[in-house]
Amino acid sequence: MPRKTMIEAIRDAMDTMMERDDNVVVFGEDVGFFGGVFRCTHGLQAKYGKTRCFDAPISEGGIVGAAIGMAAYGLKPCVEIQFADYVYPAYDQIVSEAARLRYRSNGGFTCPIVIRMPAGGGIFGGQTHSQSPEALFTHVSGLKVVVPSNPHDAKGLLIASLEDPDPVIFLEPKRLYNGPFDGHHDRPVTPWSKHELGEVPDGHYTVPLGKAIKRREGKQLTVLAYGTMVYVAEAAAEENGIDAEIIDLRTLLPLDLETIVESVTKTGRCVIVHEATLTSGFGAELAALVQQHCFYNLEAPVARVTGWDTPYPHAQEWDYFPGPARVGRALLETLEG
Amino acid sequence: MPDNSSGEFGPLSLHVPEPAVRPGGEPDFSNVNIPEAGSVRRPPVDANPEEIRDLAFSIIRVLNRDGEAVGPWAGELTDEQLVEGLRHMMTLRTFDARMQIAQRQGKTSFYMQHLGEEAVSCAFRKALSPGDMNFPTYRQAGLLIADDYPMVEMMCQIYSNEKDPLKGRQLPIMYSSKEHGFFSISGNLATQYIQAVGWAMASAIKNDTKIAAGWIGDGSTAESDFHAALVFASTYKAPVVLNIVNNQWAISTFQGIARGGAGTFAARGLGFGMPALRVDGNDYLAVFAVAKWAIERARRNLGPTVVEYVTYRAGAHSTSDDPSAYRPKTESDAWPLGDPVMRLKNHLIGRGVWSEERHTQAEAEILDTVITAQKEAESFGTLHAGGKPSARDMFEGVYEEMPPHLRRQRQQAGV
Repeated sequence: MPRKTMIEAIRDAMDTMMERDDNVVVFGEDVGFFGGVFRCTHGLQAKYGKTRCFDAPISEGGIVGAAIGMAAYGLKPCVEIQFADYVYPAYDQIVSEAARLRYRSNGGFTCPIVIRMPAGGGIFGGQTHSQSPEALFTHVSGLKVVVPSNPHDAKGLLIASLEDPDPVIFLEPKRLYNGPFDGHHDRPVTPWSKHELGEVPDGHYTVPLGKAIKRREGKQLTVLAYGTMVYVAEAAAEENGIDAEIIDLRTLLPLDLETIVESVTKTGRCVIVHEATLTSGFGAELAALVQQHCFYNLEAPVARVTGWDTPYPHAQEWDYFPGPARVGRALLETLEG
Repeated sequence: MPDNSSGEFGPLSLHVPEPAVRPGGEPDFSNVNIPEAGSVRRPPVDANPEEIRDLAFSIIRVLNRDGEAVGPWAGELTDEQLVEGLRHMMTLRTFDARMQIAQRQGKTSFYMQHLGEEAVSCAFRKALSPGDMNFPTYRQAGLLIADDYPMVEMMCQIYSNEKDPLKGRQLPIMYSSKEHGFFSISGNLATQYIQAVGWAMASAIKNDTKIAAGWIGDGSTAESDFHAALVFASTYKAPVVLNIVNNQWAISTFQGIARGGAGTFAARGLGFGMPALRVDGNDYLAVFAVAKWAIERARRNLGPTVVEYVTYRAGAHSTSDDPSAYRPKTESDAWPLGDPVMRLKNHLIGRGVWSEERHTQAEAEILDTVITAQKEAESFGTLHAGGKPSARDMFEGVYEEMPPHLRRQRQQAGV
């Protein structure tokens, strides 16, 4: 099976869907002729023409607003926000419009759009190229929120998102574009060509929304993670000799509560890891659900390892990033607790 | 603290615009320059926008003070069409009056009327073709009335009753009807303007023949979505008509706060290379003629047009404000463009196809029709009495398929 980077897998998903469905259109800043600053749309304009894949003005609100109008017409727009950090001008269009259109019109109009955006840090992007704003979207009724952690899932989840009848926020951990990243920033990068999850089937397949997956079976504790943090958690468990069960959530909304509850009920311990800031982060929702559904099985307090409640700094990137050392400490403390 | 002790030009000061008059003062519209009816030229639909920039600073008018249709924009409508237009405006006005009272009677929470602005949406609708899509604000119900959308359904929506087509999920008057080319009203402002452009782009992408119309008020042109819409519309030459209804007031804020230093709202379009026309919004014939021009331009793939309707909001913004707190009570009477219903009525009388008697008779018939519809709607309930949407409906339709967390919550709510 061919191995691909996450960039190639994402491009492959759009290519597959553009081929199958004339109503799929792709646009965003630098997305057309150039193929996107991360090259995710490279070649799509040449293949499908510039009315199917085109450059947009630097206006995130305009991009999403236009996509909503296109969806109301009957197209399936897949738009790119160049960095998740730039999405805020589009927030009103996402929250007040895309998310509620089906509801407020009682299904008269719907909004099957996919809003892709690179998220997360680890590339020295500073405060405007590193954010993880997933909780700002999981708090909104009517959206779905997806965070892939590898090329195989990225393609299957993006195809599923493009086939979904409702708006999907698709957060791409940019540090994973070219290879898995376990947080050891001082070590050489492993490419996806050397990782089994870099295997991306040709053609159409889906990874269903709302289904988590166990990346590692284990007995001692459960780690809930998504995106880049899946690999950080794997490294932390291995380096500390902990038999952790690592769950890659893949979709945050709707959430696969069943898989979470089944695992924590078994292990009795739970560590939640995300790169986004702590307060009111998605980890808070996970912790609340775990205590509600697994209270009588818990042997220790539910722990959270996250980015600090500061803006994402530049020079202090690795002090901010919840790397394997911090995650490892939390795993050990939770085992002792 | 500022340092204003030195410097060549003295201290700075902030300019905060004020309307010409406040409550207690004499209404003054001397600053509104009203050209003679029939005096503004009518360029060909494929005119180069650069050559018709003057139209953004004038006002296209057809009906003169004597009620005659004059000039190059006249002659678009037959007597029958004009009588129908009059009836639509009268229906909208009567509908508003009844619903305004119903709100005061506690039958619904909120209402917004069109008083003085009926011509804009009623005439525009008649210039569109089936399949075209409006992206309206909250003051274009004439688009539905003039398209024969059932009044009972409108009222059921206003009452949020058991037959409310929107299941009680939306504020009164936030209608939605794909079949009648009426996009779901948001209630947030300006968001629909760029969506109209996106819809029009989609129609062009699919090599369709349908066009879109975006709607916005004078105040909301200050929103960034307005500017995004103009950028996208002009960049992609989208088949869209971008309507700006300048009714002089954004709740209590006069239009000068949003307009800034520009002479007119229409002039915003000029910076984007778009044709921009200003029209007498209280003149049914002028609104129709300009709408037809702009719609044809879009349909011929010549791109977007900005149209500013100069009108006046004679009533309150909504049932939640009292205009006498922010403008002279008599300002409405002083508005120099008159009342759209009276103007069309007088024109039709002048043409010999209408009379005071027929008008009085039509008023009675329309009132009867509206009351009959209202009785039927109220038989399905009002906001606080009778049939209403179920609590179960609250959980439906957030997604196409209800996800597990909502199913759990619905179960918890016991519905």
